Amino acid sequence: MADASNVDAFVEFERVQKSYDGENLVVKDLNLTMPKGEFLTMLGPSGSGKTTCLMMLAGFETATHGDIRLDGVSINNIPPHKRGIGMVFQNYALFPHMTIAENLSFPLEVRKMGKSEREEKVKRALDMVEMGAFGGRRPSQLSGGQQQRIALARALVFEPELVLMDEPLGALDKQLREKMQFEITHLAHRLGITVVYVTHDQTEALTMSDRVAVFDDGRIQQIAPPDQLYESPENSFVAQFIGENNTLEGTVKEINNGVALVQLDDGELIDCKPVNVSRPGERTRVSIRPERVEYNKERLQEGAHTLKAEVLEFIYMGDIFRTRLRVAGNDEFIIKTRNAPDQTRLQPGQQIEIGWLPEDCRALDA
Amino acid sequence: MTDISQSGPMLAADGTPLKRSLARALRMQKLRALMLIAPLLLFILLTFILPVADMLYRSVDNRIVQDVLPRTIEALEDWDPGSNQLPEEAAFAALAADLKDAANAKTHTKVAKRLNYENPGIASVFRKSGRKVKKWDVENDGPYREKLIELNDGWGDVDLWKTIKTYSGVRTAGYFLNAVDMKLGADGAEVRPENERIYNTLLIRTMRMSLIITFSCILLGYPVAWLLANLPASKANLLLILVLLPFWTSLLVRTSAWKILLQQQGVINDTLVWIGLVDDANRLVLINNELGTIIAMTHILLPFMILPMYSVMQTINPTYMRAAKSMGATDWTAFWRVYFPQSVPGIGAGSILVFILAVGYYITPALVGGTKGTFISNLIAYHISTSGNWGLGAALGAILLAVVLLLYWVYDKIVGIDNVKLG
Ligand SMILES: Nc1ncnc2c1ncn2[C@@H]1O[C@H](COP(=O)(O)OP(=O)(O)O)[C@@H](O)[C@H]1O
Ligand SMILES: [Mg+2]
Repeated sequence: MADASNVDAFVEFERVQKSYDGENLVVKDLNLTMPKGEFLTMLGPSGSGKTTCLMMLAGFETATHGDIRLDGVSINNIPPHKRGIGMVFQNYALFPHMTIAENLSFPLEVRKMGKSEREEKVKRALDMVEMGAFGGRRPSQLSGGQQQRIALARALVFEPELVLMDEPLGALDKQLREKMQFEITHLAHRLGITVVYVTHDQTEALTMSDRVAVFDDGRIQQIAPPDQLYESPENSFVAQFIGENNTLEGTVKEINNGVALVQLDDGELIDCKPVNVSRPGERTRVSIRPERVEYNKERLQEGAHTLKAEVLEFIYMGDIFRTRLRVAGNDEFIIKTRNAPDQTRLQPGQQIEIGWLPEDCRALDA
Repeated sequence: MTDISQSGPMLAADGTPLKRSLARALRMQKLRALMLIAPLLLFILLTFILPVADMLYRSVDNRIVQDVLPRTIEALEDWDPGSNQLPEEAAFAALAADLKDAANAKTHTKVAKRLNYENPGIASVFRKSGRKVKKWDVENDGPYREKLIELNDGWGDVDLWKTIKTYSGVRTAGYFLNAVDMKLGADGAEVRPENERIYNTLLIRTMRMSLIITFSCILLGYPVAWLLANLPASKANLLLILVLLPFWTSLLVRTSAWKILLQQQGVINDTLVWIGLVDDANRLVLINNELGTIIAMTHILLPFMILPMYSVMQTINPTYMRAAKSMGATDWTAFWRVYFPQSVPGIGAGSILVFILAVGYYITPALVGGTKGTFISNLIAYHISTSGNWGLGAALGAILLAVVLLLYWVYDKIVGIDNVKLG
């Protein structure tokens, strides 16, 4: 199989399928290649098979079909304790009957490492997560955020090249979560480890990852760097799932020179970028990000299509204004504008015209 | 904010001290809570606390001698039992008077029975004399010394008088001493002759066998509890029903079933002989000895070990094992270093439960224990219901209670009772 594997591929899933009950496929035909040192996030709604993929990689579940390779070697038949993969669990799984230092020492002990070397490494790992003073405590005596750091240190202390994290920040409050997101990415890049990170929080995925794999229904819907994922979603699931998104339904009229003319259901015509529509007559969902919608005439491009809109609600959110409009029969059309000195505040009931650049408006599958 | 700081106690809004109004509010709550559990409290008081107190009292109670022979005891006050001489005439006269009253009130047999525990043979002396003395005129028929000895030469035995004097107190340590194979001699406690010792052996045997039974239950129960906690729910429920199945049959039936299985002409021996593992002439003795008791009681007490272990194991998150393995631990290391320590509280709870139940067990040892496999409780039962020596039975019971409390305390010191979880 060596010929099939990519040269610089470190982790590979090839045509992997998984079924728990012999009736339903939880993971359907998963193909994924990761180079060494990449921070990859699996993002998707609950039940989409992310944890299952991680567990197959860690060795706690066996793939029903397909091949999983680590550094070019198929690991299907290697038991978990020989894979040398670090793991951080959502509930941290710190051993309650051991102190923090004993917890960290555990992976080194099972590797038959000498006492002085162990102590040295434990100390370094604790310092790395700024928990040097807590070695003698029990896990129950630490706060959630501190336990999180210890779990991270424990997964890193034996210097694995690959670390898996399954929603590690799920139990933390928002502020702590943001701090830890930053620390984890920082550490991962500094140590040069490869990370597979699972979350259902899209902000987390976008801010932390080199690449994001969006999961739905046991398949990867799109795998791309965060900016591409946000700006160029390849199907309407990704467009809906990542960030806020406005959707207008319609039918493709014609496609010319990379521009699709779409007739919305109320008869209006707009120009869009065809992403996965190919023929006139096809149904489509047009997707526009709220911050790409413009209503100030001076700022609109010459010749851009405009639509009539009625302001339904204006919400002041501090740094931005969020305005809900009725556009082409859709009452949930949102636009976001920066709170700048020259910005006009729209009034409910006001009639305005809105527009956008054709490349910001993507015609996706219906 | 400075005007709030005050030197006196904090006051509630109505001016009463805060402490007092808090106490009042809490008192109402406590009272209401107490009323809710009052029926249970009353029930426990009547059926548990009072009987235990009564038992403890009976184990030292000796009023009967004082009640029936008050004049004799007074007359014996100056007598020195060490002199090995019979007491003076006054003591005999007092005895005659006491005996006459007692015979009329029919209490002489009771004191006879009490003293007979300490000096076998006394009972018949009292009983035989009582009938005769009833007809005497105690004012004028003296001197009584010769008269009584003539009536029954037992009265001429110094030992009898020593026994009366030794056991004249209202409280006695006699029952307790008896329960540890000792007795009160003229000059304090002394060990009984070898052929009269039984209780120490039995107490030690009870402890030793209870420990063996507890360990057998741990060994057999642990894997079952682990399965219960780790199987998918539907299979675990079936297994749980199987574990609880024995509770649906009477204890007596289960024990009798063991008799049928274990006896020399029983199912197990027959099978072994049939296979050829055991010679027909040398069938194994599996019952009416310690082995029989251990086998049957391990079976009967096993659920009490499995259930607490199961409920503790259920709380052990399987991700701990996964975490251990992801860090490089083999299945065995992960179990021994991570799973097992977390299951210890369950073992502790099960062990305490099984040990305490075993120490006081009665029916099973009586049925399958023979003479070599009986427990201290069998003797307690014998004294309470057959020999009528309630005092001794109570003393044995009190010692058993003390030993259990002591072991519980030791357990608390070593393992810590906080580490015991029932779920
Ligand atoms: N051990 C299991 N046995 C049976 N079904 C499972 C098991 N683990 C997960 N599943 C099912 O597989 C699907 C995917 O689960 P999971 O991988 O945990 O999703 P995610 O982590 O994305 O939320 C779910 O429908 C879940 O019910
Ligand atoms: Mg999951």
